[in-house]
Amino acid sequence: MRQEPFVRQHTPRWEALEAALKPLEGVRGATPPPPDTAARLPALYRAACQHLALARARAYSPRLIARLAALVARGHQQFYTRGGGALRGWLRFLLSDYPQLVRRHAAPVLAATLLLFGPMLGLTVAVLERPELVYTVLDAAELRGIESMYDPDNQARWGRKREADSDLLMFGYYIRNNTGIGFQTFAGGLTAGLLTVFFLGYNGVVLGAVEGHLIGIGHGESLYRFTAGHSGPELLAIVLSGAAGLHLGWALLAPGGRTRRLALVEAGREGVRLMYGAALLFLFAAFIEAFWSSIVSIPALVKYGVGAGIAGLLLLWLLLGGRQRT
Amino acid sequence: MTAALDTVRAFETPEGVELHLHTAGLVPRALAWVLDTLIRIGAYIALVFMLLELGKLGVGLFFIVLFAMEWFYPVLFEVLWQGATPGKRVLGLKVVHDDGTPVGWPASLVRNLLRFVDFLPLFYGLGIISLLFSTEPRRLGDHVAGTLVVYRDEPVSQPPLPEARTRPPARPLRPEEQQAVVSFAERLAGMNTERAQELARLAGPLVALAPDPAAELAGIARHIVGSA
Repeated sequence: MRQEPFVRQHTPRWEALEAALKPLEGVRGATPPPPDTAARLPALYRAACQHLALARARAYSPRLIARLAALVARGHQQFYTRGGGALRGWLRFLLSDYPQLVRRHAAPVLAATLLLFGPMLGLTVAVLERPELVYTVLDAAELRGIESMYDPDNQARWGRKREADSDLLMFGYYIRNNTGIGFQTFAGGLTAGLLTVFFLGYNGVVLGAVEGHLIGIGHGESLYRFTAGHSGPELLAIVLSGAAGLHLGWALLAPGGRTRRLALVEAGREGVRLMYGAALLFLFAAFIEAFWSSIVSIPALVKYGVGAGIAGLLLLWLLLGGRQRT
Repeated sequence: MTAALDTVRAFETPEGVELHLHTAGLVPRALAWVLDTLIRIGAYIALVFMLLELGKLGVGLFFIVLFAMEWFYPVLFEVLWQGATPGKRVLGLKVVHDDGTPVGWPASLVRNLLRFVDFLPLFYGLGIISLLFSTEPRRLGDHVAGTLVVYRDEPVSQPPLPEARTRPPARPLRPEEQQAVVSFAERLAGMNTERAQELARLAGPLVALAPDPAAELAGIARHIVGSA
């Protein structure tokens, strides 16, 4: 068949396909498609694919082939959008799938825990033994600022530079600062895990040095009353981000029986799923840190109790969530 | 058929048809990024003015918005708006999986969270190196996410063939030759006369005896295509 009769015969169906595709091409999921789309679209799309193949085989004009290819590409785009079920079943994901995911990656999680808590405990002890060590980590001006934040005589708020700072300001600040650090720790895994190790270790060192110093000058109780509430979720979130980064780095270093590219792609997906939980924990920790932790008037026992309770619940969630009952 | 130097990547759809993706290289992607950055800066400035009213509450909200824009601005646009941020849209680009399917949440999150590494050491240094040295231009985030940045297909117009006396060719033509003749006729409107004649004379024996080779070829094209 010549090109002109071919075009004349099939143009109505191509125009019908275009009309069926147009409402689907805006913001995804914004407008529901017309009711008969599901019935008509597959047949029209398959027909267009067949016409494209025919046009190529019969060496019709390049413009016609390009026109049909563009039409088929648009249909392909709408047909094969992968199910966006990220938010559906999120509760089940959170309660059951996510703890299973964390347990599956127990090795990087443990490694990240050691990389964070090892330097932290080490520096705390070291600074308590030799207080001048803290100056290798922080300079005197920063240290004075931190000391004033945790002064036991502080009657307004702890952990803040000025009592005039509002809770919501700090909430936003903590979200941006801490979640950003978590994301950077994850992304750093791409450098064969080196950046991740650096972030974890560096955070551990700074936290440990500050802790040791503050205990040494007698501000220990204020520090613990401040951090008890949110340190559970926040440290856990950092560990999870580090685990995701280490998993990514390990895929680069030891891809197993797969190509490095495939190993990286799979590790990237798993890492992002780990980061869902980490991001939620950062948000939760920021909320507690902004609205609860800094209140001076709450007695120490209440703070410690709430903090232990939260940390305990998180551990239970990760250890027991999603386990089948035998 | 794609030549080795082309930026065209072919993949086969489940229907058995081959579709072509035209991958985009460093310059259009860099320009799109500059545009997106300018849009974001504009949004920040507008937000600062609005949130100034709200004092400390406003600063907190600004931090949250800043965080969301830094990490999630591209993700939302890529997944919800046909794979393109406003900057990419202006340049005619979009993000797809490397099998041609539209980009989804996991892939978009991976490629944008890893933007941090691409940005090292200075202004996308590693990302640029990766773009310049990978076969289909991809930065590190694209490699791990399995995505490509390609050009959106522009709608192709198909104007009718130019008027000429329809005549059959002197000898039967092979399909590729027919395609070449028809392609010439389609482009005839955009060429000046000298150029058209020069190209038409390349057809050799087909137009050797004709006083006007371009019109001769146009007539042959009309015959091939089946115009009256």
